[in-house]
Amino acid sequence: MNQDTWNYLFISLSFALYIGIAVKSRAKSTSEFYTAGGGVSPFANGMATAADWMSAATFISMAGLISIKGYDGSAYLMGWTGGFVLLTVLMVPYLRKFGKSTVPDFIGDRFYSRTARLVAVVCAIFICMTYIMGQMRGVGVVFSQLFPALDITGGVLVGGAIVFFYAGLGGMRGITYTQVAQYCVMAFAYTLPAIFISMALTGNVIPQLGFVGSAVAEGGGAPVPLIEKLNVMNQELGFEKYTDGSFSKLNMFCLTAVLMAGTAGLPHVIVRFFTVKDVKSVRTSACWTLAFIAVIYLTAPTIGAFARVNLIQNLHNTSYEQVPSWFKDFEQNRQMAWVDKNGDGKIQYFGPKHGENDGAGGVFVGKPVFRESGEKGEFGQPLYANEIAAGSNELYFGNDIMVMANPHMGGLPQWVIALLMAGCIAAALSTAAGLLLVLSTSISHDLLKNILKPDLTDKQEVSAARMASFVALAVAVYFGINPPSEFIAKTVAFAFGLAASSFFPTLLLGIFMKTMSGVGAISGMIAGIVFTLSYIIYFQFLGGRADELLFGITPEGIGLLGMLLNFLVAIVVNRFTAKPPQEVQDMVERIRLPHDAGEATEH
Amino acid sequence: MEEDPQRECDSMNRPSVDARGARYYPATIRVVFSILGIWFLVSFGCGIVFREWLDSHLPSLGGAPFGFWMSQQGSIVCFVGLLILYKFWMDRLDRKFGFAEKMTRDKKV
Repeated sequence: MNQDTWNYLFISLSFALYIGIAVKSRAKSTSEFYTAGGGVSPFANGMATAADWMSAATFISMAGLISIKGYDGSAYLMGWTGGFVLLTVLMVPYLRKFGKSTVPDFIGDRFYSRTARLVAVVCAIFICMTYIMGQMRGVGVVFSQLFPALDITGGVLVGGAIVFFYAGLGGMRGITYTQVAQYCVMAFAYTLPAIFISMALTGNVIPQLGFVGSAVAEGGGAPVPLIEKLNVMNQELGFEKYTDGSFSKLNMFCLTAVLMAGTAGLPHVIVRFFTVKDVKSVRTSACWTLAFIAVIYLTAPTIGAFARVNLIQNLHNTSYEQVPSWFKDFEQNRQMAWVDKNGDGKIQYFGPKHGENDGAGGVFVGKPVFRESGEKGEFGQPLYANEIAAGSNELYFGNDIMVMANPHMGGLPQWVIALLMAGCIAAALSTAAGLLLVLSTSISHDLLKNILKPDLTDKQEVSAARMASFVALAVAVYFGINPPSEFIAKTVAFAFGLAASSFFPTLLLGIFMKTMSGVGAISGMIAGIVFTLSYIIYFQFLGGRADELLFGITPEGIGLLGMLLNFLVAIVVNRFTAKPPQEVQDMVERIRLPHDAGEATEH
Repeated sequence: MEEDPQRECDSMNRPSVDARGARYYPATIRVVFSILGIWFLVSFGCGIVFREWLDSHLPSLGGAPFGFWMSQQGSIVCFVGLLILYKFWMDRLDRKFGFAEKMTRDKKV
């Protein structure tokens, strides 16, 4: 069997499974549509939430990011797992006890204000929208790589149709059980290659032990610890030590804090915990969720380190004629590129500190573009139309390629690669489906029912939700096909910055500060959002220079200051405004006690 | 706690929900602070603020310097441990203050 056959086999098998589950567990009522009827077991919910959380970007790019950045990549590892600790101890038990199905519901009721609800709905829609665009793009890219007949547009459309089928029809119930299956596919696909490569590189079956273990010595020398080997390699090639990284301590701190607080404030993660039956199950479910996420997040840094060793050993100083065949495949896809700057016919990979002119260490400007004439170089390598950069580095590769190239570099069998493809699609689909549901709920429930048309019946609401998910998906598909240049990568900063500076502090004050008034909370929320958004927009889109950064904090990390500003403004304004009405204060008292949480769906 | 709440809850006329809640809530806040204290120490503390010091002063784990290992592996393991600790700690508080209502009721029926 060749690679294509394996790919088709794995993808169609996994799809048959997902669709079968979706049809079997179709939503029959509003409550099942929004929160799966509130009766999902903590274990299943934990697995589903983990699948929801692991997006295509996490699955494909994170290990690559860590591989390139070394220690700096830890901010993402700690941020996206540590956020669950905040989420579990500060947010979800209380919000579950509150007992309604969306986050804007809580903000609207707690701060007894339509303005608060409206701001919350707009934020929720914006956060989910930016996320889902990236997912659709990811699905499109994978599909188009899999099926040569499809271009990215076709891939995005097919992916969109599948997501609509089970998110629109199945509701939360269908999605939850599909995600359980998707998690299994993902976890298997992610860890299996890591195990094989760990065995090859370190002789240890468990990648996490291989990570701290010794590299298998080639040619009989004494074994060297893997990490030390990487440090030596990195320094010889002109990179920072793998264990040091280049971020300042303050920036690292801010970035980690924003990712953590952002995670705890993301509406599509919070609502996942509304699907279990009581507060006790919320806590159990959160344990399972983080445990399942940890399986992937503990493997990612090992893949990053292994892939870097393999990449350097396989490619650095290798002559182009002897280069492994996978390199040429990735070259064709323009995921990797080689420019023979010194004319020796060998690939050299150097970092920014290698030579005097190396600067950022880039090969050329921008992403690789083949010359239109299709000319080949002296050694049969494709030539590029890009402007060549001054440094001595000759090897280009994208962040996304590490996970995909890893099994090739390790010489793993074809079915492992097919499994990886299936895992990647599972990651993109599960996240997209979860987001789509939150998005449609925000529109139909929060916007239509609670703000615009309060006399909507249950039945009308579900059909409105289905319609809204169709519209939202259409918009997401449109942006998946026509991504606004590098917008998607930059919007990650938006989504987390916004969640950290709006939802996180506001929810926290709403739960733990009984006397926080509506006016105080709204002013804080608006101050946080305006500050964070304007900082990000100024530096990402209006060309702010690096020397203008506030305390050297990059836009990705500014949400922390936005969050502190939110707290400050809210508390100061609160001093000068009237206390919340007695029934709101009683409600806050009530959500702090875990008993009798009620059905998840009393609207 | 000055008195034994377990005995109180078991007696026929146990205190009202409000009275029990008034003591339960501060107890949960103490749990939250303890959990978040450790959370801050293992991530921001070991992984970022004191990383260099830990890298050079503590024995490395296998081949990985300690601070670096904490930031890429150790902190995540601790987070999972913290959530498990939180779950059991809170469940105990629920029982102690009589908020695990449903379970006891089910058993009696």
